[in-house]
Amino acid sequence: MNAFRPTSTISRQPRSSGRSLGNWLVILVPALWLVAFFAVPFLTVLKLSFSEAALALPPYVPVLDLSEGWTGLRDFVSGLTLDGYRLLFSDQLYWMSYLRSLTIALTSTAILLLIGYPLAYGIARAPRRVQPILMIGIILPFLTAFLIRIYAWMNILQRDGLLNELLLALGIVSTPPVWISTDPAIYIGMVYTYLPFMVLPLYASLERMDHTLLEAASDLGCPRWKSFWLVTVPLSGPGIVAGSLLCFIPIMGEFVIPDLLGGSHSMMIGQTVWLEFFDNRDWPVASALAIVMLLVLLVPILLYQRLQTREMAAEAAARTPRATAGPAQAGEAP
Amino acid sequence: MMQDSTTIQDETGGAETTRAPLVRIESVTKRFGDVTAVDGVTLDIGEGEFFALLGPSGCGKTTLLRMLAGFENPDHGRILLDGRDIVDVPPHRRPVNMMFQSYALFPHLSVAGNVAFGLKQEALPKSEIEVRVAEMLALVRLEGLGTRKPHQLSGGQRQRVALARALVKRPRLLLLDEPLSALDRKLREETRAELMELQTRLGLTFVVVTHDQDEAMSMAGRIGVMNHGRLVQCDAPAEVYEHPASRWVADFVGDVNLIEAHVVEFRDGEVALETSGGSRFTASAAESLEKGAAVCIAVRPEKVGIGTQSHAGSDNAFAGTVVDIGYLGDVSVHRVRLDNGLMMKATIANRTRSSAPRLARGDRVWIDIPSGSALVLTR
Repeated sequence: MNAFRPTSTISRQPRSSGRSLGNWLVILVPALWLVAFFAVPFLTVLKLSFSEAALALPPYVPVLDLSEGWTGLRDFVSGLTLDGYRLLFSDQLYWMSYLRSLTIALTSTAILLLIGYPLAYGIARAPRRVQPILMIGIILPFLTAFLIRIYAWMNILQRDGLLNELLLALGIVSTPPVWISTDPAIYIGMVYTYLPFMVLPLYASLERMDHTLLEAASDLGCPRWKSFWLVTVPLSGPGIVAGSLLCFIPIMGEFVIPDLLGGSHSMMIGQTVWLEFFDNRDWPVASALAIVMLLVLLVPILLYQRLQTREMAAEAAARTPRATAGPAQAGEAP
Repeated sequence: MMQDSTTIQDETGGAETTRAPLVRIESVTKRFGDVTAVDGVTLDIGEGEFFALLGPSGCGKTTLLRMLAGFENPDHGRILLDGRDIVDVPPHRRPVNMMFQSYALFPHLSVAGNVAFGLKQEALPKSEIEVRVAEMLALVRLEGLGTRKPHQLSGGQRQRVALARALVKRPRLLLLDEPLSALDRKLREETRAELMELQTRLGLTFVVVTHDQDEAMSMAGRIGVMNHGRLVQCDAPAEVYEHPASRWVADFVGDVNLIEAHVVEFRDGEVALETSGGSRFTASAAESLEKGAAVCIAVRPEKVGIGTQSHAGSDNAFAGTVVDIGYLGDVSVHRVRLDNGLMMKATIANRTRSSAPRLARGDRVWIDIPSGSALVLTR
């Protein structure tokens, strides 16, 4: 780690000292975007989560009334409450929702990895001309609207749907099993929807892998199957982490798939938020749920970001010839 | 079992040869589609030899090396190691290790991890692995860098890691694919000497592939020159240089003046020739040459005498004019246009520091080629 630190500080210096107006403008655009579409909605939800539900319009108190000046602000602040959060901890329903989201997200991600890795590996090892075609095949379903694809799955999974017809025709089952409104249906929907998010980063990391590394491994006495575990898998680590997080994070908050394909016996957190917001009209609790969910997801998001910066630093260090330590030490050789 | 018995036969039957070769390549051919990369190569490499495969890019030298490593399989022919046919032995079971041109260091492993990789495959006890890795890092002078990752090393250090990783398994045969090509000139010369020293000290057999003739000449005990998939000459460096087997070899290895000629008369090891320019030329020739045969006279520039006066009793003396002089520090290369129209290169060693040039552009000079310095090539 220490080895590349000197070079990175050197390269950073001119950037921070000579930042021109043009540079600021370039940064301003994404900054404005983030303020408008992340910071403002987030702060609104955060404010809501400290409110109290009320039979009014809007359906919560306190309402910030800036026309009354300081007193309005003081009334607003004194009216804030932690009741929404207290409810989350007291009622089992919310905990169960979080737990269920976590279980489904973890299981789906594991299944996605098991299916996505061989898929990405196969594409990366296919002849170079065929690779783009295979990748298009992975991305192609995205050209159809998401909802339509989920409705199609409802059709396929229903009692006299395509899947059961196929299973009956092949003689695998004698009575048609129930798919729709079950957990397997949720997993089918999740895996189907998120597969490209798993395959794309995996393919990216496998595709650029140096094939001579596998030759080197076999030259050093490593059989093929073993060099897969000792060389290929560790080197695709960043792809595995990126793909897993890209699937795990949105699956945690998934609403449409469990709502349309899953049963009503237990809910994922997205469904609970919906329930609180639209059915119970308890905006503060719904907001509190969303905030806690964000905090839960913050851990893997930060993890992902740290991994990315580390990878970028390592790549930068590998690219810059090390003028200081390297040749000097080699030159010391008598 | 079959192979074992042939080995014994070889060793007892071939009593006149002192030892069976470590590697025997028997009429090996390898094709990639329409391209014949290696074309009927037969070659013996003895134990403890430093052998260099030299040739231009695309000549098949790397393919031959990869067949020794086991990454490619020959279409025809056999490859014997210690008398045993290894064509069907996968790379991970061959007692052969390779140093890759790109080094192919595992980026996710530390320096020590890279060196230990091969030993771990042998399931050696951990303590022994540690001892041997430390030994090897000391041998290539990388002590203290064991915990670094490859990307934290300089090019020269990476090269040493690659070497250590290939040596640590104590292979019967070490293959080096362009081992010095990624180093800058100064480091390359140092490393060249180190490789030779290491090879002598460890008594290992090295096969190095290179397109750099200086590298091959200075390091190897024997050079196999390859062109278009064929082994065109296999000899000691001095033999390859002084007695090239063909005009292609003469031209590829070192600098040479090539003069087209035909035989006028052959008598007592002396051949009288007429050059394409119409001049008479005498050269010594070991084998009998037929009258009228088209040949090629090869003369190394440093064997060409150049002066302002013609020598009395010179075998071949030609008058000409200096076209240009290239000053290279240690030598100066004079290009001379002979009066018969031929161009001739002559080098003069700059033995003293006096900067006054003896010759200048446009000077009238005499070129003198002793008959023993010229080589008559029929191929």
